[in-house]
Amino acid sequence: MKFTIDWLKEHLDTKFKDNQIIEKLTDVGLEVESFEKVSSELDNFKVAKIINAEQHPNADKLKVCDVDIGEQNTVKVVCGAPNAKKDLLTVYAGPGSVIPKNNMKLTVSKIRGVTSYGMLCSESELNLSDESDGITELKLNKYSDKVGKNFFKNNTEKVIDLSITPNRPDCLGVRGVARDLAAAGVGKLKIISNMKIKNSGPQKITVSITKDKNQGCTIFGSCLIKDVTNKESPKWLKDKIISLGQKPISAIVDITNYVMLDLNRPLHAYDADKIDKEIIVRNSKKGETFEALDNKEYKLDNDMCVISDKSGVLGLGGIIGGTRSGTEFNTKNILLESAYFLPKSIRKTSKLLNIDTDAKFRFERGIDPQSIEIGLEKAAQLITKICGGKVSKFDIQSIRKVKKNKIKFKISLFEKIAGFKIKDKEVINILIDLGFKVTKKKSELELTIPTWRPDISQPIDIVEEIVRIKGYNNIETLEPEKNRIKDTLNKQQKLFHFLQRSVASKGYFETVTWSFTDSKINNLFRENYKEIKIVNPISSDLDVLRNSIFPNLAFYIKKNLDRGFKDISLYEIGPIFKDNNPGEQLTLIGGIKSGKISRLNWNEKNRSVDVFDAKKDTIQTLIEAGYDRHNLFIREKSPSYYHPGKSGSVYLDKDDIDPVAYFGEIHPNIIKKLDIKTEALVGFEIYLDYLKDKKLKLKDSKSKFQFSDYQKSDRDFAFVVDKNFKAQDLIEIISSIDQSLIKSVKIFDVYEGENIPKDKKSIALNVTIQSSEKTLEESDLEKINKLIISTVETKSGAKIRS
Amino acid sequence: MSDIKKIKHEFLHKLNADLNIESINQIKSELFGKNGKISNLFKNLGSLPTEERKKFASDLNFIKDELQEKINKKIQEIEIKEINSKLDNEKVDVTLPERDIVQGKIHPVSQVIDEISSIFSEIGFSVEEGPDVENEHYNFTALNTPDNHPARDMHDTFYLDDKKELLLRTHTSPVQVRTMLKGKPPFKIIAPGRTYRSDSDQTHAPMFHQVEGLHIDKNVNMGHLKGCLNYFIKSFFEVDKIKMRFRPSHFPFTEPSAEVDIGYELKDGKIVIGEGDKWLEILGCGMVHPNVLKNVKINTDKYQGYAFGIGIDRLAMLKYGINDLRAFFETDYRWLNHFGFDPLDVPSNYRGLSR
Repeated sequence: MKFTIDWLKEHLDTKFKDNQIIEKLTDVGLEVESFEKVSSELDNFKVAKIINAEQHPNADKLKVCDVDIGEQNTVKVVCGAPNAKKDLLTVYAGPGSVIPKNNMKLTVSKIRGVTSYGMLCSESELNLSDESDGITELKLNKYSDKVGKNFFKNNTEKVIDLSITPNRPDCLGVRGVARDLAAAGVGKLKIISNMKIKNSGPQKITVSITKDKNQGCTIFGSCLIKDVTNKESPKWLKDKIISLGQKPISAIVDITNYVMLDLNRPLHAYDADKIDKEIIVRNSKKGETFEALDNKEYKLDNDMCVISDKSGVLGLGGIIGGTRSGTEFNTKNILLESAYFLPKSIRKTSKLLNIDTDAKFRFERGIDPQSIEIGLEKAAQLITKICGGKVSKFDIQSIRKVKKNKIKFKISLFEKIAGFKIKDKEVINILIDLGFKVTKKKSELELTIPTWRPDISQPIDIVEEIVRIKGYNNIETLEPEKNRIKDTLNKQQKLFHFLQRSVASKGYFETVTWSFTDSKINNLFRENYKEIKIVNPISSDLDVLRNSIFPNLAFYIKKNLDRGFKDISLYEIGPIFKDNNPGEQLTLIGGIKSGKISRLNWNEKNRSVDVFDAKKDTIQTLIEAGYDRHNLFIREKSPSYYHPGKSGSVYLDKDDIDPVAYFGEIHPNIIKKLDIKTEALVGFEIYLDYLKDKKLKLKDSKSKFQFSDYQKSDRDFAFVVDKNFKAQDLIEIISSIDQSLIKSVKIFDVYEGENIPKDKKSIALNVTIQSSEKTLEESDLEKINKLIISTVETKSGAKIRS
Repeated sequence: MSDIKKIKHEFLHKLNADLNIESINQIKSELFGKNGKISNLFKNLGSLPTEERKKFASDLNFIKDELQEKINKKIQEIEIKEINSKLDNEKVDVTLPERDIVQGKIHPVSQVIDEISSIFSEIGFSVEEGPDVENEHYNFTALNTPDNHPARDMHDTFYLDDKKELLLRTHTSPVQVRTMLKGKPPFKIIAPGRTYRSDSDQTHAPMFHQVEGLHIDKNVNMGHLKGCLNYFIKSFFEVDKIKMRFRPSHFPFTEPSAEVDIGYELKDGKIVIGEGDKWLEILGCGMVHPNVLKNVKINTDKYQGYAFGIGIDRLAMLKYGINDLRAFFETDYRWLNHFGFDPLDVPSNYRGLSR
């Protein structure tokens, strides 16, 4: 919403200064986006200095000039003027400028093989004089310090640009803005004087509104103006239109636009001679077409509100007119329309056809249904003044009465909501200034809502009106109370925060990536989840919700690798989506790690990252989260995007069905498909939703502190087992032989190859044996040794290696 | 008598020389060995007359201790000397680099969410969450934004079905609705999370983060709202004084509604919060619209309260001098390293929000 201060003052009697008005606008909720002059086309003309003028290599009469236009670099301009010479101050027009004399638009062009950026102008070209023999010569004493400045003074007024919230259609007109300001104490709203227009008789074109179901038009006012002379608008009107950054078209169009901007009353002018007999406001039928003023042909569906005549559709009511009945400079007779269209209908139609116009914007927010006549009056008056003509009586067709909405307002509600008190009298005055009719009944007000305020329907709306006009700065700042109803975080949230930092503490950089991803990458990690397409993606490579945390991590690790980084650890904690209904999502931690450990290290040998790095980070994270390592159970099962032989899943308990985590090397085919260039790539995923809280709180779960001071003994064993036999099982077998004696089992070597049968492997382990009752004798140790060997051999089919 | 003195002097003299460990052991055995001089004297104790014996034994013990001590001292000296001479050959270049530790980082958005949670925790708010995928009821209709409402246009919504019923939430406000539906007033919650709009340029990302606030109780008014936000902003920016301006605005789900600006100035191209005469919009808020409360079956005669929504990414940018929003989500290793936080740096109210 744009307007000038002068325009505002046509409606508002005020002594306030510009900056006070600006401040007050923001204070009452009409946010000022900017207050500045609209740039004019003439801003393209700059004072310039010729730094150097040389003969054009291919043309005798042309010169190539280096011109200082006040910027860092000079520009090259080819010029044919005999007076173009070094040190001359002149006027430069850059590419894009329009030369006032002939309306020629400049472009960057090649003149006889030399590129010229713009033009040096003669006085004649600038409409300053008839002098056209050479370029403008500017006086040194007046212009020497103005190089680069605009040559023409910008005479346009400063324009206020307001950002109007959707609830305030009334402030899409200057008068509405003035009314708010007046209510807030910035002067007085001027009364619109009664415009007496002599009418020349009845409006002779019949207008009817059909009683179609969901008819989008409820009132259609019109008048016929005969014998007009359409022309260019007078200067004052042109200036107004230009100052808002719009283009003047013709007096009739400019006047309808002016009334719209002034009163937020959209109008439409038809060339009355192009209307076939009568106007019928009706619902469209599927397949009807018409050419709109934006020169596009629209194909209509059923039930769109159209203005039509005997031959067909003239326009979409309240949205856009048609070319068939548009006014032109030779238009003699016009039919002026001032109607009311229902916001719902406007919104539906414009969405279906994807049209956005100024009229649509206003009707969809709600126009004052009682502004039909004032709109016709103001426009007719201006038209007859500027274009002449005779105005008919106003014809107002209406299928529904305008309802005057009333509400009851308890004055005490104001203090209850706003937290401060103001006098009843002040409340009443504010409301009266805003256009309410107020009747006071004890502590209650009976209010008639002004018809231009479709946003007001209940008492809370009245509270807002009063508090915003009174000023939000009157609201007190109350110290917050520190009482608590509930814990800040629940258990799952605590876990989230803990795990987030736990993973980062292992050298991973946390990243946050989109919840959507490229379906092509997503498919590599999707497994059995449903693909969830976004109907209107921001780009075709962000077209689905992610089914896994890996697509984005893989994509970005590749990007970083391509930047030249080699050893990268990234993780993200966030949602993945199982399906497209609310809640069908899981929270995951995904980590990914590339390259080597100890690359370029002077004292440690480097090695590629592998599955056991991923496993370490996974297991350690779970341990830190409070899960007992002894209960964690590993299986080989893992999703297909992991290396089938170098990956696994983690279960909180041996008997659990659902894993809480996966870890492993990323499948080599995926690394290849995504063209990820690294020595090795591993990853892990932890499912927060499956980390069910089985534990007691720490304070309840610590067991009694017990330790043994008796001598510890270590024994080493090497067993030859089947290649497929799991180390985890071997440890489990030994540990459970005698839990009171066997304190720990550590694997220190795994060997395959020479001296071991092909389908076997050797696992060497160290067992710590300690009693809590006595120092074990050699014979006790021998006994347990034998027990270990025999148990392992029976349970696993292993053989002790001698 | 003179015998022991002589021995003493002789050996102390010997021990004062520059000796190696072998010669000391030699001396040791000469004195205390099986046929050592002192050992022999002890053996002879028995042959002395009783009256002399006591005195002699005492003197002998005295000298024995003295010599023994001297020898021990000497041995220690030599051992230390030996270690010291070894150390001279054990010198390394300590300016060589230490072993690698890879330091992990917390993303600024996560850090700021923790900061925000910590601040609101202090004044009794708890954290709620809601799904990223919403239906249009929770995202719009229940929040007093019916289908034909122009405000829906201002949210460039990502849809997941052609009927436009399923969508990615455009704000965290649906969590208000979900929270109120599943519980009973009073409510005092914040809800941080991801939000989505199909808008993308330097200052808009298709995904960003918001924190929703909701406080519903019997007498919660706009003064409480102002106080709460004033407290939050002061705490968050870690300044004593803040210039804050409430400006009337419009959101369908609050009435009256406000946008909040904070004062700032530019110092050396950096934004300094709290001073200056420029205004920066940082959040939207208001009193929860009675229609919203009715939609979740709360008695509006009894309960009322406020809600607010704050852009988390924007707060992070302001506090930590980050100027490009899109960079938050581009996973540039250099950026993460530069703006990321040490995982041990957990914001808390007793240790302070930030270092």
